Amino acid sequence: MQLKNFSISCKINGRTYEENIAPDRTLIEFLRGLGFLSVKQGCDTSNCGLCTVWLDGTPVLSCSMLAARANGRAITTIEGVQEEATAFAGFMAAQGADQCGFCSPGLVMNILAMERELDDPTPEDIKHYLAGNLCRCTGYASQMRAIEAYLAAKTAKTAAATTAAPAAPAEGGA
Amino acid sequence: MFELKEFIAAQSLDQADELLHRDKKNVILGGLLWMRMGTRQFNTGIDLSGLGLHRITDLGDHIEIGAMTPLRQLEISRLLADNFGPVLRDAVCHIVGVQFRNLATVGGSVFSRFSFSDVITALLVLDTRVHLFRGGQIPLADFLETSPGRDILVKLTIPKQDVDTAYVCQRKSAADFPILAAALARTGSAWKIAVGARPSRATLAPKTAGLLSETPDKTQIDAAGNEILRELTFGGNGQGSREYREHLARVLVKRGIQKICS
Amino acid sequence: MRHVNQGIPKLDAKALITGRPAYTDDLAPANCLVVKVLRSPHAFAKINAIDTAAAEQLPGVACVITHRDVPRHRFTMAGQSFPEPSPYDRLILDRLVRYVGDPVAIVAAETERQADRALKAIKVDYEVLEPVFDPAKALDHPSIIHPEADYHVNHDIGNDPNRNLCASGEFCAGDLAAAFAAADVTVDQTYETRANNQAMMETFRTFCYMDHSERLTIVSATQIPFHVRSITARALGIPKQKIRVIKPRIGAGFGAKQTLVSELFPALVTLKTGKPSKMVFSRKESFTASTSRHAMRIRVRLAADRAGNVLGIHMDTLSNTGAYGEHGPTTVGLSGHKTMPLYNKAKAIKFTYKVAYTNTMSAGAFRGYGATQGTFALESAMNELAEKLNMDPLDLRLKNLVAQGEVMPGYYGEKLNSCTLADCIRRGKEMIGWDANHPCRQISKTKVRAVGAAITMQGSGIPNIDTASVEIRLQDDGFYTLMIGAADMGTGCDTILAQMAAEVLCCDMDRIIVSQVDTDHSPYDTGSYASSTTFVTGTSVIKAGKALIEKMITMAAGTLKADPGDLEFNGTAIFAGSPDGKKAITVEALARKLAVGNGACLSATATHSSPVSPPPFMAGFANIELDLETGKVVVKDYVGIVDCGTPINPNLARVQAEGGIVQGIGMALYEDITYNSAGKMMNSSFMQYKIPSRKDIGDIRVAFESSYEPSGPFGAKSIGEVVINTPAPAIANAIANACGVRLRHLPMTAEDVVMGLHARER
Ligand SMILES: Cc1cc2nc3c(=O)[nH]c(=O)nc-3n(C[C@H](O)[C@H](O)[C@H](O)COP(=O)(O)OP(=O)(O)OC[C@H]3O[C@@H](n4cnc5c(N)ncnc54)[C@H](O)[C@@H]3O)c2cc1C
Ligand code: FES
Ligand code: FES
Repeated sequence: MQLKNFSISCKINGRTYEENIAPDRTLIEFLRGLGFLSVKQGCDTSNCGLCTVWLDGTPVLSCSMLAARANGRAITTIEGVQEEATAFAGFMAAQGADQCGFCSPGLVMNILAMERELDDPTPEDIKHYLAGNLCRCTGYASQMRAIEAYLAAKTAKTAAATTAAPAAPAEGGA
Repeated sequence: MFELKEFIAAQSLDQADELLHRDKKNVILGGLLWMRMGTRQFNTGIDLSGLGLHRITDLGDHIEIGAMTPLRQLEISRLLADNFGPVLRDAVCHIVGVQFRNLATVGGSVFSRFSFSDVITALLVLDTRVHLFRGGQIPLADFLETSPGRDILVKLTIPKQDVDTAYVCQRKSAADFPILAAALARTGSAWKIAVGARPSRATLAPKTAGLLSETPDKTQIDAAGNEILRELTFGGNGQGSREYREHLARVLVKRGIQKICS
Repeated sequence: MRHVNQGIPKLDAKALITGRPAYTDDLAPANCLVVKVLRSPHAFAKINAIDTAAAEQLPGVACVITHRDVPRHRFTMAGQSFPEPSPYDRLILDRLVRYVGDPVAIVAAETERQADRALKAIKVDYEVLEPVFDPAKALDHPSIIHPEADYHVNHDIGNDPNRNLCASGEFCAGDLAAAFAAADVTVDQTYETRANNQAMMETFRTFCYMDHSERLTIVSATQIPFHVRSITARALGIPKQKIRVIKPRIGAGFGAKQTLVSELFPALVTLKTGKPSKMVFSRKESFTASTSRHAMRIRVRLAADRAGNVLGIHMDTLSNTGAYGEHGPTTVGLSGHKTMPLYNKAKAIKFTYKVAYTNTMSAGAFRGYGATQGTFALESAMNELAEKLNMDPLDLRLKNLVAQGEVMPGYYGEKLNSCTLADCIRRGKEMIGWDANHPCRQISKTKVRAVGAAITMQGSGIPNIDTASVEIRLQDDGFYTLMIGAADMGTGCDTILAQMAAEVLCCDMDRIIVSQVDTDHSPYDTGSYASSTTFVTGTSVIKAGKALIEKMITMAAGTLKADPGDLEFNGTAIFAGSPDGKKAITVEALARKLAVGNGACLSATATHSSPVSPPPFMAGFANIELDLETGKVVVKDYVGIVDCGTPINPNLARVQAEGGIVQGIGMALYEDITYNSAGKMMNSSFMQYKIPSRKDIGDIRVAFESSYEPSGPFGAKSIGEVVINTPAPAIANAIANACGVRLRHLPMTAEDVVMGLHARER
């Protein structure tokens, strides 16, 4: 049987891409090939979460998905959410929670997805949601401190915005 | 990673079926989490994503779960929790991570008949029926006895029931495979117990379940613990020895009962 | 201090967290040939014939290389200073393959698929030999793993390849027989640790190209750029000057990248083809074809009097170095020399060891480097001794602890000039709630909470060997470039060294630029290992900074027509009297002036090598919950109190400690490399080899009891490795306290606990 390429049209970070790709190309190969180099691969068994991107806003493992399945759908990588990622980075840096950083883009994508999906997560909820993001350097504790501080600052901001009284702007991290 | 020569997004189940039987080297694509670890060369990969099979639907006297439903939905579906209690949520919540469960499918999980499957263990105590495109609908327990043939798993159905459930398992680390897993369900005074990862495939243990009253006392629980070792076989593998699994079986059955009764 | 001892964010934090491309594979040119390696399916075999003709004909294939085509110089891949203590027992490709995964052929093709096809098309005829996997059986086994005539060692390491003996040795101080004769209580137990995988998230990867002057450029995820240069030169048989090594950001190493792993294959391909090439290890390859922690079997004998005075210690270590001797002769030493000195009051100590070759994957460097294994053994034995003496294990330790000012015979005769270990123990005891929880507390019918503790030490660099040069340049806007050869692998050493530079130069952090390591530009540094960077390279930073200030003052003196002795430097200006006065020039103005006309662009270089390796210390405390029915152990709370001297950056030091503790917990409870009876590794993925996930980990609490190390930069010692050592023995101790089951091997599984409980019932 002859190899038949698949033509796909999808949005990546808001921009439409039309490409002709091998039918078994994984989404991570596709994305890195287009220059979205933030997306990292840490395993070949879908365990590490480094490759996390959003498919129509839902976090998925780009190593385990065929690019062909992105046809007609919207992909978001950290390049597409720089403002939020930068805000969160401040909290991570303040803790020294970034060590080698190789796990960071995938982690950030999952944290931002969690923030959209869960209301007021407890520390246990956070650990559960992020369980598929491995990190070998930090031991997770500093990440947890950064996440909690980030979410608290967000909540404070929202609270400040919803109360009519002028409130002091929430600290945006170090 | 496996190889594909062609990717076809099926327009209908008929087309998918036709493609599957056209060529032995054509294959149904589930969530791919398991398949991607293989290195086989396939011809056509048949994608069922566009066929509306990713939904959980309330159909009055039963609930239907499409084959492409991601495992994450089993975890967070209100409908499933309201009707079947925590058993499905607690069965899938350990599987790797949220991003993984957003991709892994119910169809791929059941069709693969994995012996370590949490998903199958939980579904077994709920009278789940498997709907195959060619093979029609059969009880999950019967489906598990068949060897993986070439068919399409279209959906599962579960009859609504007034049931209390529990899922208990033992794992080396939080996101590892189970060393042993047990699902329990109680409807009135009738119990169902399934034990998975023994390490062979999950099965129901009706004799053990039959020893239990609606609120079993210690004697009954102990008897059930003894019976489970007679009724089912346990073995050893890298995750745990036979002795340890036998020990765990008693503990997990007891804990499952206690969870439901508390 | 403005910068030192401050939790300053890492310099690369924002870039890395927001996903900027900075790692090896992000930088590789698109047209690289893809390099793949065919690996041996046999644990021990001789290659009779290889047929590569079919593979070479396949589309896209640029070259296929076999043992016939590689240089014949034996070498070691261990990144150590020349002449390396590891034996020269490797070729890039050898006729004899010694473990499942040993390279057999190298393929380069235009695409990954093409390379995979080529691998499949290579036909190899093996003569299968009898492998040996158990290190005890390997010694004097009829199968000789290294029969080659050109096997070479640089030092006397007590080796005998004909016996599969990679190294052996003995050390004693005092009269051990007398110590045991005088003992009221003795302990004699054997402890076993397993091979572990470093499991950094970025697998091994390298790309290479020939530059315009026909020099081989190697861009690699490595901890040891300068050793990569020298080992590659030796292995390929080309002069060092023909090689340039660049280290971009790297996705951690933990010692794994202190050995060459992915470098030589693409280097050889690029040299042969002239084309750029790259090799990215899959996770499976990273597990099965790199180096793991040395599995060790350690017998500990302790002699003590009734009052709890330790009289004698004897440790006997058998280490499994696998198929090759990378780091074999050196790691084993730490199992004794970085453990026994903790109990320096002992009158006699003895350390004996053997390192065996076997047909498993080569062992190598992994954070802790032998001290981790030794700590599990000695600290477990100390806890057993405490039980025999009916003494609180912390009291036993405090009674025998090494103290500041003592000379340590077991630690190369060094004098201990900084140590707060006793304070670490007391503080941790309080933080963990020792008195309320020791030995255990039943919290429900089936669950027990219990505490356990262990202490440890490590080193700070390799004395008289590790060498670090640093250059600081004054640039024409008055900012500084800090040129270092030490490799930041995520540890934050670029930041820490910049903090020290800023401290010395009295300037803001943003005036210091740290350049990436490039052997063409960076000053020489042995590399980032042996916990050397803060301590050794840091001292060079201080020296270089001071020298640069001297030079600036001299230059300013000329400009200001002043006597250098009258001038002061305050970071922004050089002046006599007041910085706003007449005799003053800003650093910026001086720098500009020096860059024009007859100026002299200023730069200062300094090199440091330390005669001592002051040990950092740590006390670790585990508070576990043990399920008496399932045997499951969960570490609910872990307290680590560290004496690393002055923590240059307390935030980064804390995260080092937290990360090390969690790796230690993984090692204690589930990380385990196992081989089947044919020598095939059974856990070669994160699906089978479980590193801790965040759901496995309870609270991790770290505090510092800082001493001041006179020989260290700003009083600093090291922190990178010591932090991994305590969890295994502390958790073993807690398990024993919870349920009476003493586990003397790692990992300690729930099944082991249950089986131990059953055995006790019987
Ligand atoms: C790292 C890892 C850890 C795991 N841990 C656990 C665990 O702890 N517990 C647990 O229960 N499970 C676990 N699993 C299994 C996982 O939950 C899924 O069951 C598995 O990935 C299969 O689902 P999938 O959708 O990915 O199917 P795929 O991998 O896509 O398919 C698997 C097989 O099913 C076939 N198939 C898929 N869908 C259909 C269909 N509709 N009709 C017919 N055939 C079909 C495919 O052709 C293929 O042969 C793990 C898997 C991995 C990779
Ligand atoms: S790369 Fe590890 S989960 Fe995708
Ligand atoms: S920071 Fe290195 S893996 Fe997370």
